[in-house]
Amino acid sequence: MSFQKHEKLHIKQNIKRNLTKTEVQVLAAEWSEHCSYKSSKKHLRMLPTTGPNVIVEKGYDSGVLDVGDGYVITVHIESHNHPSAVEPFGGAATGVGGVIRDILSAGTRPIALFDGLRFGDIENDTHARWLFKNAVAGIANYGNCLGIPTIGGEVEFDTCYKNYALVDVASVGFGKKSKLIKNHANTGDLVLLIGGSTGRDGVGGSQFASDALEGEDRSAVQIPDPFIEKLIIEAILEARDEKCINAMKDLGGGGLSCAISEIAESLGIGIELDVQNVHLRESDLSPDEIMISESQERMLVITSQKKFSKIKQICKKFRIQCSAIGKVKKDKMMHVKNGNETLALLPANFVARGPLIDRPKSKPKYLSRIPSTPKKKTQKPLSKILSQLLASPNIASKHWVFRQYDHEVGIRTVLKPGFDSSVLRLDNGKSLSVKIDGNPKHCYLNPRYGAIGCFEEACRNVVCSGAKPIGMVDHLQFGNPEDPEIFWTFMESIEGITDFAKSMNIPCVGGKVSFYNETNDGPIKPTPLIGVLGLIENSPLLPTSPTKNDVIILVGETKIELGGSEYYEYIHNFIGGSVPQVDITASKKNMKSVLTLISKKLLKNVHDCSKGGLAIALSELCISGKIGCNVNLKNVSDMPPEESLFSESHSRYILVVEKKNLKHVKDLLSKNKCHFSQIGIFTGDQIMFEFVTKPVLKLRVDKAENLYLNSLEKIIHNG
Amino acid sequence: MKVGVIVFPGSNCDRDMYHVLTDVFNLKAKFFWHEKNLPKNIDAVVLPGGFSYGDRLRAGVIAANSPIISDIKKMAEKGIPILGVCNGFQILVEAGLLPGVLLKNESLNFMCEWTNLIVKNNKTPFTNKLKLNQKIPIPIANGEGRYYVDKKTLNRLKINNQIVFSYENKVNGSVSQIAGVCNSDGNVVGMMPHPERAAEKEINQIDHKPSSLIFESLIQTIGVKN
Repeated sequence: MSFQKHEKLHIKQNIKRNLTKTEVQVLAAEWSEHCSYKSSKKHLRMLPTTGPNVIVEKGYDSGVLDVGDGYVITVHIESHNHPSAVEPFGGAATGVGGVIRDILSAGTRPIALFDGLRFGDIENDTHARWLFKNAVAGIANYGNCLGIPTIGGEVEFDTCYKNYALVDVASVGFGKKSKLIKNHANTGDLVLLIGGSTGRDGVGGSQFASDALEGEDRSAVQIPDPFIEKLIIEAILEARDEKCINAMKDLGGGGLSCAISEIAESLGIGIELDVQNVHLRESDLSPDEIMISESQERMLVITSQKKFSKIKQICKKFRIQCSAIGKVKKDKMMHVKNGNETLALLPANFVARGPLIDRPKSKPKYLSRIPSTPKKKTQKPLSKILSQLLASPNIASKHWVFRQYDHEVGIRTVLKPGFDSSVLRLDNGKSLSVKIDGNPKHCYLNPRYGAIGCFEEACRNVVCSGAKPIGMVDHLQFGNPEDPEIFWTFMESIEGITDFAKSMNIPCVGGKVSFYNETNDGPIKPTPLIGVLGLIENSPLLPTSPTKNDVIILVGETKIELGGSEYYEYIHNFIGGSVPQVDITASKKNMKSVLTLISKKLLKNVHDCSKGGLAIALSELCISGKIGCNVNLKNVSDMPPEESLFSESHSRYILVVEKKNLKHVKDLLSKNKCHFSQIGIFTGDQIMFEFVTKPVLKLRVDKAENLYLNSLEKIIHNG
Repeated sequence: MKVGVIVFPGSNCDRDMYHVLTDVFNLKAKFFWHEKNLPKNIDAVVLPGGFSYGDRLRAGVIAANSPIISDIKKMAEKGIPILGVCNGFQILVEAGLLPGVLLKNESLNFMCEWTNLIVKNNKTPFTNKLKLNQKIPIPIANGEGRYYVDKKTLNRLKINNQIVFSYENKVNGSVSQIAGVCNSDGNVVGMMPHPERAAEKEINQIDHKPSSLIFESLIQTIGVKN
């Protein structure tokens, strides 16, 4: 642990004395990339963060959106990549725990979890399979025990995550606007540490996460205890109802050091604390370790002297520990004591605001070497290709994963995992639709188009349920930011996301940046992840399975955009080509039209067309209805059949329309000047594609179903 | 007419159960923390699902030693209807109020999925409005839901008509595909699937009526809000 040159200078200019040993530890934790965002903070400011639904308050760890009738939803996203790559069960579980406490700190009850999981090639890499199985088990163990449903997410495999894991967890909370915690503190208020005891687990975790993963530092991985977390949730919400909480913050990366300095800085107060008052798991913990331990299931609460006995009584009911560790002072200093001895005395804003860095960027050289088309196309029959794709780990049904998560608890889950988005009912009669999306294959070839694509795809997914996007969260995951080429990919992604957010009027209400996602094998592909929240004022579109003679309409244009597609990468093992690019005008028009058609109840089902292209999206519909389809690709585009089938162009929706509504639907799409085409009907027991008059692909639905539903489990069990 | 919903540390279906009892079926319900006493005027008791004590040691075993269990035992003797769902079932079994044990699922995984129940006994306070052999679409969500009893006890359960629900298909390896049982008097019922997750139209797109009948049976037994 050593400070960089500019940090040393910053310390020298501001503190004008030598730092104590504890101060060094505190600053090293808080100024790590993980906690300080030193490389990214300046650039994150470009994202639009306000909007009609956004509620902004001091010191919130989660985004807050007004959903009307006196209710709010909160949302946050985090990752736990390094820990999950070392110890997947505990790493993934504590990732869930951390994001939940961010939701709780606003004073809202967590009502749903989503996770984006990424691992290496599970078909050939047994270690990747081990990581995958155990990360899923860790999430299930934690979320299920808390009674917070895990209702959606995505799972993806790519060799760029070899010996690594991306575990992103998003959580949504719900509550009354009047019960939101309005963070404030008065001089003399007590600073309490509530929940689990502080131990040696997770010491130095945030620094561990701010470097490439080289060793397996297991002691830097935190230990999960969902039972304590459940008790904390109930105790905190009871304390909130009793108005015992002036301000609150979760203890996450950087432990007490971060929580104390950040809450003091955001409220403009000073905090004096005594490490002897912290309840410990092991008695021989040094004061420095106490300050930077990242033991889980801990909350920092500021309460008035008057309410202290009430909050103690609540903690006693739930048998969780509550220690008054310090006091609120006027002086805006972070003062750490060990009995009478001062260990650290620094201005809170000096600690909380680490010096930021301007990182150089340069366009990666690999981008100029990307080939445009595969050299030799394999002459496999298209039905064989479709079968292979349906069984491929990235496309096959993730039922094996979702089945391990309790996705029903809370009885809000209207649309369950496995559909385009997940839908929760809210207490005011409205519904919330949520989806998270990432696409490293697209982002590797074009980080800007790729990031916009993830964003648009998440929007499309919530639109398919009839929801209007009202907010987004982003999680930007890259390799080492000190490498100008990696930093360039970060900048391209964030600029793309900003452009799209602005043009769609969707505010960014939360997010996170995670750098240093690399191993000895190199950095991961750029992996921005976008979560979109949509609000449904009336009832959601509950997809009905297609039946015989239902008409298939494809909205949106299919272009020669196969770069980063599953077809190129999984079938041809080819990395290259043009990545799908979002046309913002078309995107808006199509979204608006689909929402209108849904609100007029003219559609039986809408399915997003994305990974694997039209062929996969239609197969999924056929599988759900156990019915075949007959589609003429001439109506899709003039491109060769395989390109129409597997292009991953954005802004496309497949509409399932009953014959009686066909005219209405077409009229509205024409009126809105949408690019659309009637491409075929559902019929028979074969997934059938023709080109002009020639059949080009035929696959029995029951065969497709078997491949799609059972392949992932087979890979996991048999390798 | 009041239903007591018992809350243990780690219960997590308590609010769901309360919502269904009160908002959907208009029953009066009240939460009781596991360290409190149950008042005498309670008409029925529900032990909701969850992970009491984080499933430590064995699902339900610590909660089965909670102070409130002695009151519940007294009520069971008096013939008051008592329903345990999921973890509530595990607690009733561990408390000795119901026969058998619940073991880890055959898949060794937590399983959250929809399944069909078959009504095997429609004489209990929670099934009297259901037809014998009626199907109930309902979700399960558990890691330790495999019901087990030895052959002798199984025979006794069959003779006494104590098997209340069975799964239509093989789900988790339960003996005789048992999903729910009752005590010999029939007033204490335990079931692994979650009726509170299946009794409303918005969250049960298959058919919410059969699960509703479980709650309507209770209303038939104890009457509605007065």
